[in-house]
Amino acid sequence: MTQASVPAQAGVPAQAGAGPMVRAEQVHKSFGSIEVLKGIDLEVRAGEVCCLLGPSGSGKSTFLRCINHLEKINAGRIWVDGDLIGYRERGGKLHEMREKEVAAQRQAIGMVFQRFNLFPHKTALENVTEAPLLVRREKRAEVRDRAVALLERVGLGDKMSNYPSQLSGGQQQRVAIARALAMQPKLMLFDEPTSALDPELVGEVLDVMKDLARDGMTMIVVTHEIGFAREVGDSLVFIDGGVVVEHGNPREVIANPQHDRTKAFLAKVL
Amino acid sequence: MSLDTDSPERARPEPIQAVPVRHPGRWVAVAVIGVLVAMFVHLLVTNEAFNWSFMVDNMFRPPIMAGVRGSIALLVTSMLIGIVLGILLAIMRLSGNPILRGVAWAYTWFFRAVPRLVLAILFGNLGMLWSRIEFGLPFDRQIGALFGVQDFEARLFGFSATDLLTGFVAGMLALGLSEAAYMAEIVRAGIQSVDEGQTEAAQALGMTQGQILRRIVLPQAMRVIVPPTGNETIAMLKDTSLVAFVPVSTELFFQIRAVGSRTFQVFPMLVAATIWYLLLSSVLLVGQYYLERHFARGSGRAGQARARLRGMAVGGGGAAGGAGGV
Ligand SMILES: Nc1ncnc2c1ncn2[C@@H]1O[C@H](COP(=O)(O)OP(=O)(O)OP(=O)(O)O)[C@@H](O)[C@H]1O
Ligand SMILES: [Mg+2]
Repeated sequence: MTQASVPAQAGVPAQAGAGPMVRAEQVHKSFGSIEVLKGIDLEVRAGEVCCLLGPSGSGKSTFLRCINHLEKINAGRIWVDGDLIGYRERGGKLHEMREKEVAAQRQAIGMVFQRFNLFPHKTALENVTEAPLLVRREKRAEVRDRAVALLERVGLGDKMSNYPSQLSGGQQQRVAIARALAMQPKLMLFDEPTSALDPELVGEVLDVMKDLARDGMTMIVVTHEIGFAREVGDSLVFIDGGVVVEHGNPREVIANPQHDRTKAFLAKVL
Repeated sequence: MSLDTDSPERARPEPIQAVPVRHPGRWVAVAVIGVLVAMFVHLLVTNEAFNWSFMVDNMFRPPIMAGVRGSIALLVTSMLIGIVLGILLAIMRLSGNPILRGVAWAYTWFFRAVPRLVLAILFGNLGMLWSRIEFGLPFDRQIGALFGVQDFEARLFGFSATDLLTGFVAGMLALGLSEAAYMAEIVRAGIQSVDEGQTEAAQALGMTQGQILRRIVLPQAMRVIVPPTGNETIAMLKDTSLVAFVPVSTELFFQIRAVGSRTFQVFPMLVAATIWYLLLSSVLLVGQYYLERHFARGSGRAGQARARLRGMAVGGGGAAGGAGGV
């Protein structure tokens, strides 16, 4: 349990800033006897918008959750900005990180969920200020100013004192994005951020995400919004059965898929 | 222009003026209840055994007021022990550590199985086990013997057991420790009622388990925890009367019985006890209403306004709008 069963990787001294923002190597993950991820390799450059596509149950959410160590991987390695996630390598051996260290790594990785998961007992503003105040112990006034600016940026300047139950789905998801941004992450993970929304509310969330992408945020987005992938995505990764089936420029992959499974999937969602 | 729906031009339909359905059963019920109430009032006023003037004269005498204060102190301290220990036990029950889980389970099993009255009397007699209660290195004598030192003692401080386990402390421990077993179940149900996604979102923001529990999970669990805790508090108010048998003398029921048996006016004093407990529970009900309202924050669009209105109408019972039952 305390060591991932992988051979020590030879010579990958990824340095912060220099290398890719996210680097996954042969990521394996099983739930009990069922292997969900069967060796995922992926690289995401800083500033890149990477869209993950794939049929239901293919392991997209699981992979995303491995990146911020919400799930422990069984084999392989994941680096974010050069830091090995969840483990420390010493003398060719992996040591499990303590809870505090894992939490510290997660601060740099924002995550947005399909079902928003806002804190219902806090107002929109409190949702955004909570983590910087509690986790980073920043100054209240600074955090507040930043939170107000973020909420204004996602178009909710007039809803700051509303509780989540007093907001529409699209507004809740925009608060959730602001909440993640308040920790000033280097990387944002989106797990089907628009799937739980009424069709007329999808656009407002996608607009916020496009704005983020233009600002140079590194993003990994699990989505069924082919239009978003084509317009905003720098790369598209098609996952099926726990492996990467196809990886390339979104416009090329969508227009001209190489694999049968990609073709079949795109035919269904387009 | 003429599309205005409020246009007075448009004829408004005549209001319905139907003959309402008659409810003869209600009138029969009112008559029966009226007669019963009249009989009861007649009993209260005319039966000598009530001796109202004696009751009113004695109900607020200093020893009884001291008893009231004692009962309230007992209620507050035992509930505090119960809640704090209950939260701890609930966290132990939900932890990944099988030893902690087992200990919490065994604790709950023991204290739910033994009646409070038995516990209270048992604790009152614990002084029989040890004459002194001391704190220091455990098994110091045995360790000393092992190294050939006679009468080695490593004790920091101690009390005479009979001093420490005065009636009040024994009663407080008996009630508080037993309450913890019930509170543990209530808190556990509350924690489990909070959506998994809350913990995940908090983890993703970099919070630690302790922070998540304190700031995210417990405040939300409160909506489920507070209503049954209110009921527990009211039940505890009544159960403080059990420690009269420890015996604890600074306690309401003990004092009431003392006055009753000394003056041979047992019945009026029992009525006095009834009135005192009614008064104190009513105060608790009001407190429960405000607590529930506080923890209903953010639940439901009009939840707060609705809870406020409904709470006023029923005096606090189940005011939290949409709070799931346990
Ligand atoms: N905690 C878990 N325990 C057991 N099995 C799990 C768990 N989480 C996910 N799985 C299984 O892993 C597989 C992949 O799940 P995952 O949620 O990653 O799929 P997905 O690609 O995100 O699908 P969707 O598009 O439906 O969200 C599924 O078969 C799922 O049943
Ligand atoms: Mg998913």
